[in-house]
Amino acid sequence: MSRLPDQSGWRLVFLLGLLGLLVVFGATAATASDRFPGVGRAATPAELAAWDTDVRPDFRGLPPGSGSVAQGQDVWEAKCASCHGIFGESNQVFNPVIGGTSADDVKSGRVARLTDQGYPGRTTLMKVPTLSTLWDYIYRAMPWNQPKSLTPDEVYAVTAFMLHLGNVVPQEFVLSNRNMQEAQARLPNRDGMTTQHALWPGTEFGGTDRADVRARACMQNCPDAGRVTSTLPDYARNQHGNLAEQNRLVGAQRGADTSRAEVVAFAPAVPVSAATPLAAVVAKADSAASNSKLALALSAKYACTACHGVAQKIVGPGFSEIARKHPGKVDYLAGKIRSGSAGVWGVVPMPAQNLPEADARIIAAWLAAGAAK
Amino acid sequence: MRDGVIGRLRPAPEGFLQPAGVQTVVAQARAGRRDFLRNAFAAAAAGLAVPTLVAQTGPAVPGAGEAAILELPEHSRGLGQGVATDGYGRPSQHEANVQRRPSPGLTQTSQSSVSFAPLQSMFGIVTPSGLHFERHHQGWWDIDPTRHRLLLNGSEPAMLRRPMVFTLDALMRLPSVSRFHFIECGANTGMEWGNVAVPTAQYTHGMLSCSEFTGVPLITLLEMAGANLQRGKFVLAEGADGSSLTRTIPMQAIRSGEVLVAYGQNGEMLRPENGYPLRLVVPGVQGVSWVKYLRRIELGDKPYATKDEAIHYIDLMPDGRHRQYTSIQECKSVVTTPSGGQVLLDRGFFSISGLAWSGRGRVKRVDVSVDGGRNWRVARLQTPVLDKCLTRFSLDWVWDGKPAIVQSRAIDDTGYVQPGYRQSRAVRGTRSIYHNNSIQSWLVQENGEVKNVQVA
Repeated sequence: MSRLPDQSGWRLVFLLGLLGLLVVFGATAATASDRFPGVGRAATPAELAAWDTDVRPDFRGLPPGSGSVAQGQDVWEAKCASCHGIFGESNQVFNPVIGGTSADDVKSGRVARLTDQGYPGRTTLMKVPTLSTLWDYIYRAMPWNQPKSLTPDEVYAVTAFMLHLGNVVPQEFVLSNRNMQEAQARLPNRDGMTTQHALWPGTEFGGTDRADVRARACMQNCPDAGRVTSTLPDYARNQHGNLAEQNRLVGAQRGADTSRAEVVAFAPAVPVSAATPLAAVVAKADSAASNSKLALALSAKYACTACHGVAQKIVGPGFSEIARKHPGKVDYLAGKIRSGSAGVWGVVPMPAQNLPEADARIIAAWLAAGAAK
Repeated sequence: MRDGVIGRLRPAPEGFLQPAGVQTVVAQARAGRRDFLRNAFAAAAAGLAVPTLVAQTGPAVPGAGEAAILELPEHSRGLGQGVATDGYGRPSQHEANVQRRPSPGLTQTSQSSVSFAPLQSMFGIVTPSGLHFERHHQGWWDIDPTRHRLLLNGSEPAMLRRPMVFTLDALMRLPSVSRFHFIECGANTGMEWGNVAVPTAQYTHGMLSCSEFTGVPLITLLEMAGANLQRGKFVLAEGADGSSLTRTIPMQAIRSGEVLVAYGQNGEMLRPENGYPLRLVVPGVQGVSWVKYLRRIELGDKPYATKDEAIHYIDLMPDGRHRQYTSIQECKSVVTTPSGGQVLLDRGFFSISGLAWSGRGRVKRVDVSVDGGRNWRVARLQTPVLDKCLTRFSLDWVWDGKPAIVQSRAIDDTGYVQPGYRQSRAVRGTRSIYHNNSIQSWLVQENGEVKNVQVA
């Protein structure tokens, strides 16, 4: 037993050890998936195929198919041009898709316009570095109002057409899963990206930990305290609507009344009536149904329903009985509610009710119109 | 000509200012106060007739007292409404001004658009769910939760041994965590990179909200599905709406257990506008990665360069390159009261208050300046101060009626200091759109009106 194991013995120890590791690994893995027995289920191949449609920059996930520039033009004019314009230039609904790139950009892989600080717009083609992005997005999300309705061949075709609009591929080009890499190599901004920044948590992109903008927290007599370099022009004063209506009615400040010129900022708050009747808030509700709802809510609020049933007498007459006796008499009923009534329905008098005129009239109008539920 | 009444803006209902008096004052003010903004500082420096009186007490009340006290209101003399008048309660009708709003002209459709949270009217750190900012890429839906599914798969079979399907029932059986985090759109304050463009804190900073989110750590689901976390370096998250928005999610945040598959928001289910019934929560990372209507998670070994990380949400630098996969929302703050578009009611005491946050950790300190950044004071931080969460700060201030420029500057626990516009632009230029965390300045004018300005 004291003898050292020979070579085959070592091999056995090694294999046993490996087995042990596998057991341990297997047990760990089993624990992870068995920790919550009965929760979740395996996905079926059909389910995976239905949802796993993403296409990566290395074109993993790209389905087979093809489409020509000419076919793409038909798809574009039928399903894309209404938003993006005939030439992908429209700025009406979305930012322009095509434009701003040159033949030199196709050669260099950098869009020169992007270095021009004075050039305002950026089209999709000026930015996109990866052709997979266009294909993936069009397939999953276009057209705007019918996403996921295009076939792979239509997506190849419309992508080819867009590249042609940008002078990236010629008129007779047919894009397919076999030549995507070829088209990728001509994308104008294919080398226009950088991940050298500190805004990705982790090291996967080889970025940096060091923040690009580094400020110091000066506390006294700081040299950078500056002048006002930018303000909102006067003509834009009311561009976002009346700011008085975008601030609370109470607090340390009010919203400025931007519907008027600035010097009138003297009385900032619109006076709020302390007793805004509920009716005033809901008064917009015009339909019969909402009138009944409101009237019933008010009759509950003012405890009318303690003595009046909707259909039947409790202490006083039911609402429908009142409605039958006094059709159309809004003023009369509103007056009775507010000043009280005696001797009309029996010996028990109704005391004067304390509620705003507007609310009384809503209940009265509902009664006079038949007291529908 | 100018008495103490200028710059002392009293609320109207008290009625101590007669309409004729208001007209007179306004006329005087108009005559003497043209080009106010341009001259504000020159005037102050030249010692022109700027009111310097500071109100020591509130205005005197004429007569026996206020009607609000002397005449009993209806609610003190009648019967109030019963229980469950509204099965799901709503804010007071008097709060109708406090709403999330789109910025006019920002987008041409309402389905691919933004509404901004009314930061100027909010307290504390939690955003009421109905005021949470909205960003939709292809319109929002109210999805039937019984028919919603979450699918987990690998970019190849070896990446994830057991592709899985989870129902809401299944996810809600698992142990959950609840955490407070801010969510900020990467383009928040993006309109202000070049110059002042919008008037109020709502529009400058309102693509920002903070909620308590409840859900299951994504790492738990990946482990259940037998994920190969050695080979898997990137996760793709995908939504179920028309855009089926996809984003590459950083593995570091997943490994740490921070990333949640969330169904809860502020004690109830997510709101439909915020991804009901399921969304990803990626603390510290820009909102677009918090994929709404989450339907699929894929583990892979390469990044995905999706539309929103290859065409949009890329930051244009002065050299013409775009930064790709910019994700972290760096340390930032904004004073919300007083803020742009507001009018101070009077001179005297005010509590300057605002929000600070950092996508890298906790807020360590906030400084406030009322002189455009010449001098700063350390503000109070209100507890709790949480990781990757909004923090409320405040500072006492007595306004003397002179023009003042109010700013805040946050520092996080990595030591990072929120920069000014001059510093940000020196590195990032003015065309980035995304990741503008520069110091915000509000000019409090003599007349009490607060304006959005930039100082550089």
